Amino acid sequence: MSDTTAFELVTPARVMISRAAGMVVAPGVEGLFGVLPRHAPLISTLQRGVVEVHDNGQVTDRIMVDGGIADVAEDRCTILAERAEKLDPSRKDEIHAQLDAAEQDGKDNDVDFLKAVLAALAA
Amino acid sequence: MANLKDLKNRIKSVKSTQKITSAMKMVAAAKLRRAQENAEQARPYSTRMSEMITSLAVKADPNSGPVLLVGTGATANHLLVVVSADRGLCGGFNGGIIRSTRREVLRLQGEGKTVRLLMVGRKATDALKREFSDIFVETLEGVQGTEVQFSDADKISQKIQSMIADGSIDTCSIVFNKFISAIAQEVTFRSLVPVEINAADAEAPQEGSVAPNEYEPDEASVLTDLLPRALTTEIYASILESSASELAARMTAMDNATRNAGDLIDRLTMVYNRSRQAAITTELIEIISGAEAL
Repeated sequence: MSDTTAFELVTPARVMISRAAGMVVAPGVEGLFGVLPRHAPLISTLQRGVVEVHDNGQVTDRIMVDGGIADVAEDRCTILAERAEKLDPSRKDEIHAQLDAAEQDGKDNDVDFLKAVLAALAA
Repeated sequence: MANLKDLKNRIKSVKSTQKITSAMKMVAAAKLRRAQENAEQARPYSTRMSEMITSLAVKADPNSGPVLLVGTGATANHLLVVVSADRGLCGGFNGGIIRSTRREVLRLQGEGKTVRLLMVGRKATDALKREFSDIFVETLEGVQGTEVQFSDADKISQKIQSMIADGSIDTCSIVFNKFISAIAQEVTFRSLVPVEINAADAEAPQEGSVAPNEYEPDEASVLTDLLPRALTTEIYASILESSASELAARMTAMDNATRNAGDLIDRLTMVYNRSRQAAITTELIEIISGAEAL
C-alpha cells in the first residue's frame, strides 16, 4: 500500500486537481475530517469551506468549495463540488472583479461564496 | 435559352452563398472542438455522480425511497424536457428532436397521461408552439452555446424539483441529441425522475468497494443531498452533449451545402459558357451571311 491517497477534485466543468496527496482535510457537514491513506470507505456531504491538501506535513493546496460530496476509499479521495476556487493569492484581483460583477447582478449566493473565498485568502 | 446576364448573376449569388456556408462550416468546426472538450471534461463529474447514486440506489427501498430516486409511484403526470438549438442551419438536428418529441407526447397522451413540456432552445419551441403551447411549462433560450452555464442547468433542475414537490408532475424525462461523433448524433430519451440506473453497474460489485461504505451524516441524508445534484448534473451533461451535437450537425450540413454550391456553380458555368458560345456562333453566322449577301 502506498503512503499517499489519490486525490481528485472534480467540478462540473473539469477535473480541477488530480494528484497524489499525503492527507486531505475536507469540511464535512459534521465538521472537518482528514483523509489519510487506508481511510475507511466513506461518503460524506460537504459544507462550504476549505479543502486542504497536505504533503509531508505541509499544506500544499487550499481550495474553497461551495458544498459538495466526498467519496473516500482506501486509496483514493474524490471530491465532487459544483463550485470550487483555488486559494491562490495571485488571483485576488480576479476574484475581487468577479465579486463586483456578482454584486451588480444581484447573485447573492455567488457574492457569499466569493466573500468567503476572499476571507479564506486573507486568513 | 437563359439570358447571359441572368446566368452571370445567378453564379455570383451562388458563389457568395458558398462563401457563407464554408465560413459557417469553419466556425462550427472551431467551436465544436471547444464544445467537445467541455463535454469531455464534464464527463468525470457525471460518471462519479452516477456511480455514487448507483451504489446508494441499490440499497434504497424502491417503495419508500426519496421521491427523486424512485418517483412518486404514480405515472399520470409527465414532464418532458426538450433540448433543441436556438439557431437553425444545422441539418436534421432540430427536425429530429421535434419529430421525436411530437411522437412521444402523442404516445404518452394516448396512454392517458398528462404531458407537460419544458422547452430549452428556440427552434423546437417555435415548431411545437402551435400544437402544444398549452402544455408548455417554461421556455428557455440562450442556454446552450460554447459556454454552457451550470447555473442554467440548476435553474431547470430547481423547477423540476419544485414541480415534483408540489405534486404537479410524477415523472420526468429529457430528450436531447447525444453526441456520438462529428457526423453522427442520436436523439436520446433519458429518464430523470425516477433515476435511470444502469443495471449492469448496479449488479457488478464495484472495484474498491469491498468494504461497506460509511455515510456522514447518514445514508438517507447523503442520498437526499446527492439526488438534486445528480439531477442537475444530468441536465447539464445533456445540454453539453446537445451543444456539441448542434455544432457537429451544423458543420456537416454546411459542408454539404458548400459542396452542393460547388456543383451548382460548375453546372451553371457550363450552361453560361455554352450560351455564350452559342451567342457568338449566331453572331458570326449573321455576319457571314450578311457578307455573302452583298
